[in-house]
Amino acid sequence: MSENLIASTASKARRLTDEEIHEIEHEMELYPDKRAVGLEALKIVQKHQGWVSDESMLAISKFLEIPVSDLESVATFFNLVYRQPVGENVILFCNSVSCWVMGCESMRSHINEELGIDFGQTSEDGKFTFLPVPCLGDCDKAPVMMVGDDLHRNLTQEKINDIILSYKERK
Amino acid sequence: MIERPLTKNIDMTRPPLAIADYESNDGYQSIRNIAKGMSPSDVLQKTKDSGLKGRGGAGFPTGLKWSFVPQGDDTPKQKYFVVNADEMEPGTFKDRLLMEGDPHLLLEGIIIGSFAIQADTAYIFLRGEYKVAEQRLKKAISEAYDKGLLGENILNTGFNLDIIVHTSAGRYICGEETALLNALEGKRANPRSKPPFPQVSGLWGKPTIVNNVETVCNLPGIFTYGIDWYQSLTKGKDHGTKLFGISGKVKNPGCWELPLGITIRELLEEHGGGMQDGLELRGFLPGGGSTDFMLPEHLDLKFDYDDIAQAGSRLATGTMILLDDKTCPVGMIGNLMRFFAHESCGFCTPCRDGLPWVVAIFDEFCKGQGTRKDLEILHEHVEYMGPGRTFCALAPGATAPLGSGLRYFSEDFEKLIKD
Ligand SMILES: Cc1cc2nc3c(=O)[nH]c(=O)nc-3n(C[C@H](O)[C@H](O)[C@H](O)COP(=O)(O)O)c2cc1C
Ligand code: SF4
Ligand code: FES
Repeated sequence: MSENLIASTASKARRLTDEEIHEIEHEMELYPDKRAVGLEALKIVQKHQGWVSDESMLAISKFLEIPVSDLESVATFFNLVYRQPVGENVILFCNSVSCWVMGCESMRSHINEELGIDFGQTSEDGKFTFLPVPCLGDCDKAPVMMVGDDLHRNLTQEKINDIILSYKERK
Repeated sequence: MIERPLTKNIDMTRPPLAIADYESNDGYQSIRNIAKGMSPSDVLQKTKDSGLKGRGGAGFPTGLKWSFVPQGDDTPKQKYFVVNADEMEPGTFKDRLLMEGDPHLLLEGIIIGSFAIQADTAYIFLRGEYKVAEQRLKKAISEAYDKGLLGENILNTGFNLDIIVHTSAGRYICGEETALLNALEGKRANPRSKPPFPQVSGLWGKPTIVNNVETVCNLPGIFTYGIDWYQSLTKGKDHGTKLFGISGKVKNPGCWELPLGITIRELLEEHGGGMQDGLELRGFLPGGGSTDFMLPEHLDLKFDYDDIAQAGSRLATGTMILLDDKTCPVGMIGNLMRFFAHESCGFCTPCRDGLPWVVAIFDEFCKGQGTRKDLEILHEHVEYMGPGRTFCALAPGATAPLGSGLRYFSEDFEKLIKD
């Protein structure tokens, strides 16, 4: 990589907000080195920005003094670090074995019909992104999904309709 | 007598006990007993004598594992105790219950384990999706600091301990203990080669113990009520109680704390309420998605490490997943294969390339487009990805339902071969 290119990518870093810096610094107290905080920093930025853009990656890399390639190898490894914009509400839909036995495929089709999106897609109004997630550890209440931080259990079509409606009405 | 030491405080219709209520129900008594003059090696010996085996999957004796941590002046002073709370094994929902239901019990166990190996820092490696557990654990930790049960010079023993909650971001391989250590260090979470084992060179190269949540939650009882009590709990050969779960089409799916050694039938019929009306049991995975199928003929076996092994499977997490006669076994195994393929870390070839191939073949079978050649390839993969052929135990875990499923449900595969 030429020096110019390095300089031009580094200059694309955005400024971390004071809040982000404060939270990342708090995490730094809990680990013996800065590198260990990489994932925490990605999650903090994602919490505030909704996702992790290239500009955010560069900013974290500069702040923690770890190569952006190392940070990227962590970011791309984890299912819940979003390197693309997502909707206001992320639906994490369990499609593992117990939920499958309990009929999650038909729930998936129902969400698909209601919102017009399948796994990996975001609804046109930007309200929902629909993603599969491995077993959510609530298999006795299958089928199960999370919307944002909230868990929804024993899903039925009616329940899904109510859940969608309640998030649509939320501001 | 206390019969359910792991869940005695758990009532999911209310928040978990705050520290005062927890303490008035014998909580943190074990730490007070230890503070009366037990040495770390006493604690280690007692754990060995209790017969406790790991509840994270492999069933390794806990005391023995701890004894591999080098002790003495010429060994690294810094040691770490790490709790594996990454629970992502398909069909497994027991650690969530323990952490959401009674977070102080886990903390009490961590203090015991950390004292035994003389670790002054403990990390709880928590699954990122477990938001409620995160919040409850953090609250409990701050209560414990306020009471002097964490921090410096705990109960005047001279022992210091900090507990830190690390939340992950969703990757099954992080539950493999060496991958977990890489993840904690902020690295891409590929597993490490063993040896060296974490007990000798783990987190940041320091001696480290990794134990499952449920394993750690067994410790307070042992050090409060004693070994005789602990060993009287079981109905079988292995000691203590275990969280057993049932998911799938039973009348009453759920998770219960029961003595090891109860029969599988007892769990299924008395606690699970039997199969839903109109359905028959065809088979089951006894301990999560990485275990071999068992059949209705095995129902009278005991839920014990040895008995389940005799039927060619593993007790593992103790959470069973049921296959009923109206559910397609090929579809069910295909679902598991998709999970393993998705969660492969990609480090070694048999797993990275083998699992997607297996998935592609299952897709054909599910369309009724299987071929004999495909069936042979599936059988071959049971060998290619088996124990000893891959860098970690993820792929061998996948071969457990695959190999046993091919054997037990061969006619279902046959039916899906195009003529
Ligand atoms: C792919 C893979 C995933 C695993 N996931 C978990 C897990 O989520 N929780 C857990 O406690 N052990 C898990 N294990 C087992 C751990 O590597 C380790 O054996 C266990 O945490 C040891 O704890 P124990 O001795 O208390 O049982 C996993 C193993 C493999 C190979
Ligand atoms: S077996 Fe799979 S998960 Fe384990 S190291 Fe190999 S590729 Fe990674
Ligand atoms: S399989 Fe869906 S919650 Fe476990």
